[in-house]
Amino acid sequence: MKKLINDAADVVAESLLGVEAAHSDRVRVDHENKIIYRKDAPVSGKVGLISGGGSGHEPMHGGFVGMGMLDAACCGEVFTSPVPDQMMAATKAVDGGAGVLHIVKNYTGDVMNFEMAAEMAAAESGVRVEAVVTDDDVAVQDSLWTAGRRGVGVTVLLEKLVGAAAEEGRDLDAIVALAKKINGQGRSMGMALTSCTVPAAGQPTFELGENEMEIGIGIHGEPGRHRVPLAPAKDVAAMLVEPILADLDYSGAPVIAFMNGMGGTPLIELYLMYNEVAKLLGKAGIPIARNLVGNYITSLEMAGCSVTLLKADDDLVKLWDAPVNTPGLRWGC
Amino acid sequence: MGSEKAAAWMADFAAQIHENAAMLTDLDRQIGDADHGSNMDRGMKAVAAITAADFADDGAFLKKAGMTLVSTVGGASGPLYGTFLMRVGAAWPAEETAEGIGAALRAGLDGIVQRGKAVVGDKTMVDALTPALEAYDAAAGQGAQAALEAAAAACAAGRDGTTPLVARKGRASYLGERSAGVQDPGATSVTMLVEAAARTLG
Repeated sequence: MKKLINDAADVVAESLLGVEAAHSDRVRVDHENKIIYRKDAPVSGKVGLISGGGSGHEPMHGGFVGMGMLDAACCGEVFTSPVPDQMMAATKAVDGGAGVLHIVKNYTGDVMNFEMAAEMAAAESGVRVEAVVTDDDVAVQDSLWTAGRRGVGVTVLLEKLVGAAAEEGRDLDAIVALAKKINGQGRSMGMALTSCTVPAAGQPTFELGENEMEIGIGIHGEPGRHRVPLAPAKDVAAMLVEPILADLDYSGAPVIAFMNGMGGTPLIELYLMYNEVAKLLGKAGIPIARNLVGNYITSLEMAGCSVTLLKADDDLVKLWDAPVNTPGLRWGC
Repeated sequence: MGSEKAAAWMADFAAQIHENAAMLTDLDRQIGDADHGSNMDRGMKAVAAITAADFADDGAFLKKAGMTLVSTVGGASGPLYGTFLMRVGAAWPAEETAEGIGAALRAGLDGIVQRGKAVVGDKTMVDALTPALEAYDAAAGQGAQAALEAAAAACAAGRDGTTPLVARKGRASYLGERSAGVQDPGATSVTMLVEAAARTLG
């Protein structure tokens, strides 16, 4: 294992020290509870937005804390959901009197820990807590007999859009409805060229041959559904876009197109892939209203990418364009 | 009364987890996300550090152990093991009869099923614990020690039985058919818990 770390056990804690050192103008860090807060939280009268999950997906979620996005991010160990105590503390700290929304990615551990936190918060304080669970990964068969689809790329777009709506002053019911709408009209599909190494495990989560790639990968190094021979970028783009278009009717609306890197793929390849995706969408007659290209929801040093397509309307485009000022995403201010 | 039995159970389990952490993580690497051993080891170290003398009885100690796991483990294991021990602790009998201990363990399993919504055959810890509790109840007439030993044997058989199964819960379910052929990490660690019980609670 070659990593820029001191001790595998201290990776999350020492990274949070760095976040604080780099971004203390916008965020503050509760090191004991491993929570990154927006510096001016709680914002009076604004719905509080909390997300969280295992570490190793940076900049998600801690990099999305700040004006126009999240009020707090709860950081778990690498690829391990945070614990209820963290979400409890964050819920109380960001409530500005308008209630709190938990943004949860659909993984068994994340859902259980957020559920326990919501139960405990309801029992201990009067804060109104709602939750939205993202589950946009078309690689997973959506069935009552599995844990359901994983929450992936849509989570990033949702945090930006719902963050803007909360900043605008929309109330908790409107925010919940908006979050569910966004999750319902976005789909994602990912792929990997290499595995990744969890620091505590010390060796790659899975092995991929020199001429192989994994289609339908998750964001935790969990293997995908198909292992296939390496192919040109235009074919890989089709393998990602086609299952998305087959899963949801994208006709009649533009999309926000998100080309995400898994952490180990350079931007030169992500832009090349974005071009391939844009060509495919052009052929399908789907206009691109806005786009995002870069490493935003990663899987440590995994090489690969994911495509997320979110059906947009005027309201979503307006929310997308609204100012945002976080360590990971900043425009309009 | 006192909390010596519960403390001995948890200390035994903590030692088993620590000794087998790499093996548990390796199973999880194959069908999950390569952290089950390290997460459980972190949590059980925190449990092992609880001062037994601070707790009046075994039930109170187990409740504290459960809360400690919820607060330190994360993932799915934290809520599941935490809920199990909190429920076992809450239902722990004032008089430690075979029937009383069995009812407490049953309350723990009910808590796991409620929290995780898994049923037998999903390739989870429920596949080991369910036959363990059935074996316990069948042997309870012969006393707690015999019942716990029967439970441990049935738990291990249930654990072994997870190998050919296709996972329908947790991260392994994303693999579909490819999850078959690997023993479930949760069923593996929970068998250590029941085997530790057979060494300490009888």
